[in-house]
Amino acid sequence: MRRFALISVPYIWLLALFLVPFLIVIKISLSDTVISIPPYAPTLTFSEGWGGIVAFFKGLDFETFEFLMSDDLYWKAYLSSLKIASIATFMTLLVGYPIAYGMTRAAPEWRPTLLMLVILPFWTSFLIRVYAWMGILGQEGLVNQALLWLGLIDQPLVILNTPTAVYIGIVYTYLPFMILPIYSALEKLDDSLLEAAEDLGCSKLSAFWLVTWPLSRNGIIAGCFLVFIPTLGEFVIPSLLGGSQTLMIGKVLWEEFFSNRDWPVASAVAVILLLILIIPIVLFQRNEQKQREAEG
Amino acid sequence: MVQVATPKPVFAPWDDPTLAPLIQFKNVTKRFGDFVAIDDMTIDIYEREFFALLGPSGCGKTTMMRMLAGFERPTEGKIFLGGQDIDAIPPNRRSVNMMFQSYALFPHLSVWDNIAFGLRRQKLPKDAISDRVNEMLRLTRLSKFAHRKPHQISGGQRQRVALARSLARAPKLLLLDEPLGALDKKLRQETQFELMDIQEKTGTTFVIVTHDQEEAMTVASRVAVMDEGVMVQVDTPARIYEAPNSVYVADFIGDVNIIEGRATQTDENVHIVWAEGQPNIVGTATDASFGVGDAVHFAIRPEKVSISAEKPADTPNAFEGKILDIAYLGNISTYYVKMPSGQTIKAQTANTRRLSRRDFTWDDSVWVSFTTTAGVCLKG
Ligand SMILES: Nc1ncnc2c1ncn2[C@@H]1O[C@H](COP(=O)(O)OP(=O)(O)OP(=O)(O)O)[C@@H](O)[C@H]1O
Ligand SMILES: [Mg+2]
Repeated sequence: MRRFALISVPYIWLLALFLVPFLIVIKISLSDTVISIPPYAPTLTFSEGWGGIVAFFKGLDFETFEFLMSDDLYWKAYLSSLKIASIATFMTLLVGYPIAYGMTRAAPEWRPTLLMLVILPFWTSFLIRVYAWMGILGQEGLVNQALLWLGLIDQPLVILNTPTAVYIGIVYTYLPFMILPIYSALEKLDDSLLEAAEDLGCSKLSAFWLVTWPLSRNGIIAGCFLVFIPTLGEFVIPSLLGGSQTLMIGKVLWEEFFSNRDWPVASAVAVILLLILIIPIVLFQRNEQKQREAEG
Repeated sequence: MVQVATPKPVFAPWDDPTLAPLIQFKNVTKRFGDFVAIDDMTIDIYEREFFALLGPSGCGKTTMMRMLAGFERPTEGKIFLGGQDIDAIPPNRRSVNMMFQSYALFPHLSVWDNIAFGLRRQKLPKDAISDRVNEMLRLTRLSKFAHRKPHQISGGQRQRVALARSLARAPKLLLLDEPLGALDKKLRQETQFELMDIQEKTGTTFVIVTHDQEEAMTVASRVAVMDEGVMVQVDTPARIYEAPNSVYVADFIGDVNIIEGRATQTDENVHIVWAEGQPNIVGTATDASFGVGDAVHFAIRPEKVSISAEKPADTPNAFEGKILDIAYLGNISTYYVKMPSGQTIKAQTANTRRLSRRDFTWDDSVWVSFTTTAGVCLKG
């Protein structure tokens, strides 16, 4: 009984904060757009009794989803988001792995400091940090000024409002989520395993590929999911750094809600995004579980 | 102590000046910061030897092995392997394999793949690898566990995987850091004989660390007793046991009575004054020579001390005392006999009769005695 009570706490939490809002979003996605407040119909009213509830359910349909299918803007936005999220995740891995590896090679007394430095950016607002990148990457920005001053370029480079700026923003923002799980996997690695590999005929490089890399795999997978999942729906970075060139589903969602005031379409976009995300989330959960089993 | 009869011609390459040693430590010192782990060590180990390192925890056994394997470099001095200075040779180029004290099994690989790891690096054909791995699995009785991961097997099984992995490549020199510590007695003895067998067949040189003296005695061609980074004595098991060169070695290996005294008369025998009112102990002078008045530590093994009700007539070394305690160990009993002067002398006898028919019991007055050649006189 006590166990049941304990387990029910997170479930009630999930129910209240995830399932109920999600059901509301589904409901809106099945409604029609009207010019009113709220901007969709039908709305559920209990004052008209049973007949009202029946009429409400009859008013729901899949029109918005059909519309999403027919307009290729949405599919392109999904695909482009998937592409940007995948490439950005890979780039974050490329930058994050060496950093995590270097941290575990550092003298033990330095490691807490290095960890602090990795987490340090979280102490300021995410929004401010992205705005700062606008200042750095713009035509008059620090990067261009430095390159001009060094004489490497004559004309300022166009970085801001291009996909490059979006990648830079994502890699910068999500780097700690990549570094931390990889670091914790690498830190557990016993040095004597590398010695054993060398003893059995590996060079330092092949010892890395045959021992270090596979043993940090769980950290890599966790890091990739932690970057990929939020990046897929990312809105702030593409809208502030990507300009009109970058098509990402988060931005489409925002525009549907606030520019077009088309809540049903926006909700449908969100529902499909969630369905797409469920696949990696489930995979992520399975990976975590397998890891726990392997350690237990 | 079990002492296996040495086979056919006596194997003693260390006595043959024409033979070049396989391993040579020349004045090797290893420091970690200020701490001296190995202190000016010079030693030769010969091909086909089974060289056992014995010593208390932290005396530098693992450090010595790690230098041979290439994971530590001597701070001073040189190490030669087959006549070649190995300082610049990385671990993967040395024909040396090491079994780690911590096993260091690869957690992401199955038992099979762990054992095959070194063979794959040699680029052997698949069949050869598979044959060799299966042979190792049979040898260490792990065939049933080939497909398990290291965390799915017991501690003793893990130890055997580590052993199999280091044996698989059949290197010229095998370094085994406590290879059998986690095994039960029976399996340990069987594995000891397997190791000796492998050594006979392949001619591999073994350097083995052990905390088990009996193991060292059983398998080793020579035993090195270490203390704080120094080799105190390097000798055959029999000589280490029978003729220890110091009280430290005598005390470290097996059970021993150490009687302190002073030399009074030194002819071919050393006469030792050791307690008031007791006759002198007459012992044979070994390597060390004593002058009159020198301090002497007389070391004698309990099994060489006999115990009797009457004073034996055939030896000058007979002393009367009272039985203080009896330790019954199944096959043998140890009697703690207290001398009137306060010392306790241990005497061991085989229990050839049933316990109830034992000749002596607590508080009996008995004579302990030993021959003049039974013990050794040591300086300290
Ligand atoms: N990397 C290191 N840094 C500092 N000191 C070390 C290092 N490695 C070993 N030592 C010290 O050197 C000494 C010898 O260590 P070693 O591991 O060789 O002992 P050992 O004889 O193998 O002991 P045990 O029987 O407990 O395994 C120990 O006092 C140890 O603390
Ligand atoms: Mg050790």
